[in-house]
Amino acid sequence: MPTPFKDGCERPSGTTLAPAAEETKIIEVEKKEAKQSMIKVGAPAPDFELPGYLNGQFSNYKLSEYKGKWVFVCFYPGDFTFV
Amino acid sequence: MSAVADEFPELQKLGVEVLSISVDSVFVHKMWEDHELSKMVKGGIPYPMLSDQNGNVGRLYGVYNEDAGVQMRGRFIIDPDGVVQAYEVMTPPVGRNVAESRRQIQAFQLVRASKGTEATPAGWQPGRATLKPGPDLVGNVWKVWKVEDGK
Repeated sequence: MPTPFKDGCERPSGTTLAPAAEETKIIEVEKKEAKQSMIKVGAPAPDFELPGYLNGQFSNYKLSEYKGKWVFVCFYPGDFTFV
Repeated sequence: MSAVADEFPELQKLGVEVLSISVDSVFVHKMWEDHELSKMVKGGIPYPMLSDQNGNVGRLYGVYNEDAGVQMRGRFIIDPDGVVQAYEVMTPPVGRNVAESRRQIQAFQLVRASKGTEATPAGWQPGRATLKPGPDLVGNVWKVWKVEDGK
């Protein structure tokens, strides 16, 4: 039965339900930790290139092209969220 | 995002470029802008809304939530040399205070302009006195700065 979810600020997301073998799970956790690390203040910002939208135009934006300027980068959970 | 857009003219005056990033596609960014943000922000969102669909950039910056598949609310202040000067990461339900981010940028700009000869004390606001770190200041901060000055 579909169950309605509560309105909130977190974007609704799903999950897999099939029971996974214990061994596979452990490997997955290790991978996750290895892939993600908090960056350090005083260290260079990791460069990236991403597609973006501005004033009716789709373009690619590269962080390193902003060298020489102050940049304010904001990550947020998702479009149409409430805060 | 509209709060950031609201501060945008002030940020622009300080020579600051803004980039926003979520896992939504650029097409969804366009729809959000067309249908909602353009009604909250006159003239629409004035900075690029970037799409990090696989979360790889979010992982690089440590703000990607693997379980939910979305970015946490994280903001980074990057200086003209490409160095991260500050960041703040929050869970989704609490919105940010963009004015505080702007205050921090102004403080970092002042420190940079002074080539490190000045520092901004706690609660510093633009126009207020700064500290000049050096041997003479050691043990003497109490003479030039009071806790009330930071309020």
